[in-house]
Amino acid sequence: MRIGVIAIQGNVEEHVCAMEKALEQAGIEAEVVKIKHSRLVPTCDALILPGGESTTLGRLMEREGIASEIKDAVRSGVPIMGTCAGLVLLAKHGDEQVRKTGQSLLGLMDIRVKRNAFGTQKESFECAVDFKGFAEPFNAVYIRGPCIEECGRDVEVLSKHNGLIVAARQDNMLVLAYHPELTDDLRIHRYFLKMAGASLLI
Amino acid sequence: MKLENLRHGTELLKRGFAKMQKGGVIMDVTTPEEAHIAENAGAVAVMALHMVPADIRKAGGVARMADPAVILAIIDSVTIPVMAKARIGHFVEADILQALGVDMVDESEVLTPADEKYHIDKTKFTIPFVCGARDLGEALRRINEGAAMIRTKGEAGTGDVKEAVRHMRHIMGAIRELKGKDSDELVAFARQIEAPIELVRETAKLQRLPVVNFAAGGIATPADAALMMRMGVDGVFVGSGIFKSDNPEKMASAIVEAVNNYEDAAKLAEISKGLGEPMKGISISTLGENELLQKRGW
Repeated sequence: MRIGVIAIQGNVEEHVCAMEKALEQAGIEAEVVKIKHSRLVPTCDALILPGGESTTLGRLMEREGIASEIKDAVRSGVPIMGTCAGLVLLAKHGDEQVRKTGQSLLGLMDIRVKRNAFGTQKESFECAVDFKGFAEPFNAVYIRGPCIEECGRDVEVLSKHNGLIVAARQDNMLVLAYHPELTDDLRIHRYFLKMAGASLLI
Repeated sequence: MKLENLRHGTELLKRGFAKMQKGGVIMDVTTPEEAHIAENAGAVAVMALHMVPADIRKAGGVARMADPAVILAIIDSVTIPVMAKARIGHFVEADILQALGVDMVDESEVLTPADEKYHIDKTKFTIPFVCGARDLGEALRRINEGAAMIRTKGEAGTGDVKEAVRHMRHIMGAIRELKGKDSDELVAFARQIEAPIELVRETAKLQRLPVVNFAAGGIATPADAALMMRMGVDGVFVGSGIFKSDNPEKMASAIVEAVNNYEDAAKLAEISKGLGEPMKGISISTLGENELLQKRGW
């Protein structure tokens, strides 16, 4: 099994590290690779789109030719986890900010996102949040984080903060407005592995 | 969910913000139009200023925090994070910047220091700070005061990358030196570089700075940016290098692409073609000792 972390910009190392630990805990043999250029995405069995600046990430993914490869892979069923900027980029619909910057989204998940839904860095926060199926709440770290304003019928809501949707899943796509990779809690990375069918490989 | 359970301004949030900038280019801008150019080129953040360092250097006199009206106009014009500079030790300028809604404060030697003894106590703020450093001791002292991100000082406003290279070599060299030192030797080393032992131990173990580490000061071309990336930095600040060049749009995009392709010389060659003149610059060897901005701070 090979898991690719899109490594154009942002919180890449932390995702690689968290995923390697989660794999070790689960006793799964797999390789985690960083993807900066085209041609690697099609070789991966699962993908992670980390947090960073979504405007920058989106532009560079297009320029590098990675955007179309991700679209093809996800449409063919490859599981993907997007955190923060990754959530924004996977969405079908953006808000005023997205339109203003002429940002092109991957447009894969049936959700409408609101960028910087909680404000600037001064308003960034940590807070416990419930995650569907977890016995204990998760310490959610929001850094100029987005939220999901609307989602389609096929989207399963996994976390809500004050009524706002902050984690959701649609088929092979998992998105989070917060940063599980910044904490030592590996439950969400394990959840994603399970989604990716890795449990069958044990 | 009780709102009082929200935690703002934690170390994790401050350092986490800096981590989101990794692999990116942060550009100095003085107007909303320039901020747009930076955002379109793929900058991860902009530094809002009333003058770029090259002009601050030329203008002379006391350099202070930019006009809040300039900063607000820039905040309103982009979706990427906005940073701004406060004078070293000027905690009220920093407080004003926080109130304005900037995402990060640069406690910067480019401005005239306000306190000759103390840097700002950055732990007291909700928003994160970036600080300049010339060597490992200086970097760890800033981190100890609460800096969530370090950048080399370089020599701002010159377009001469030499000092940034020197500062990064000092920092990286000292980190490599820590490898293989036993506990007693680390204590002695900490004393020698005047840094807290806990941070020296952490750095030795991580084999990198405990916070995000950018290059700054004198970066003027895609090759300069790639040079710093190959030396192991997490990203670059470009000050005067963009808007003092012939073609800022082209230069800005080229530097962003160079940071993303820093290992690939063939691509760097392609990226560097036909950009027009980079900023003219000043060779550091022609500057007098008292003209060096990097000597500010300790």
